Amino acid sequence: MGLIENRFSKNIITTTYDAVFNWARRSSLWPMQFGLACCAIEMMSTLDPRYDMSRFGAEVFRGSPRQADMMIVAGTVTEKMAPVVKRLYDQMADPKWVLAMGSCAMCGGPYKTYAVTQGVDRIIPVDVYIPGCPPIPEQIIDSIVLIQKMIDSGGSRARDRWPIKI
Amino acid sequence: MTDKQPSVVLAKLIERFGDDIVATHSDFGDDTARVNRERIVEICTFLRDDPDLLFDFAMDLTGVDYLGEEPRFEVVYHLYSLEKKHRVRIKARVPEEDPVIDSVIPVWVGMDWFEREAYDMYGILFRDHPNLKRILMYEAFEGHPLRKDYPKARRQPTVGVEE
Repeated sequence: MGLIENRFSKNIITTTYDAVFNWARRSSLWPMQFGLACCAIEMMSTLDPRYDMSRFGAEVFRGSPRQADMMIVAGTVTEKMAPVVKRLYDQMADPKWVLAMGSCAMCGGPYKTYAVTQGVDRIIPVDVYIPGCPPIPEQIIDSIVLIQKMIDSGGSRARDRWPIKI
Repeated sequence: MTDKQPSVVLAKLIERFGDDIVATHSDFGDDTARVNRERIVEICTFLRDDPDLLFDFAMDLTGVDYLGEEPRFEVVYHLYSLEKKHRVRIKARVPEEDPVIDSVIPVWVGMDWFEREAYDMYGILFRDHPNLKRILMYEAFEGHPLRKDYPKARRQPTVGVEE
């Protein structure tokens, strides 16, 4: 059929650039290591042997935003912390993905107060929201798998739709 | 419930400062004295240095907003003596139009951040504080959020996240 069909021996696969890059990206997501509140404890337990996030290829937590490609916003974002979160996000290299973990990061949670940002999506684009207070580790693993599917399918990221116009 | 006989701590305070101790009580076993704000540093120094009192541990300092009352604000000091194992609570009222009280940092240096917190949350000014600026909220925040007339639903723009 195609021009390159049966032109090479059986141990050579032909594919597209995008498919290879997306495969590489999704197989090795490096999350950024930072937690803002109690959700971070649950994020840590996702890494432990019981849940073992490394089975899904996302266990290399980086201390520097410049080495990370996924941000897990684990906990309450306060108005004082918001510029810091935004700055960390801006320092991450593209392509990057964001998980808003827990109801605080989603919408402020129970803290409808002067001090708490009502959802981290007011300052940075969020790809996957994880509800719960705190979410269980399975939810975090599930959302990472969701992000991997998003990358694999080459679907649009929240960043491409940012800022959201209502 | 109310002890007719003032405790050792309160008795010494009344004996030394007289009319500047506005009121005292020992309800539920907690010695409490309301004092004149003008003499707060003197009173605190006395509490720290008197050999029978020795309040060497300043545990807490908070503000209270009694909206509608006059004077409106109150500064509350919680003191403990590691030596004598006794506690006292000192209160001083400050009015809204002049919410100033002397800083007790010369007496207990650890009161620094507590006073900054009371300033941040209530707008109470501590005279001669070396670094009286916000400690919990960010610098651009307007108003003092724990004042009873701060609107509960008021939201201020998030500062510093612009592109």
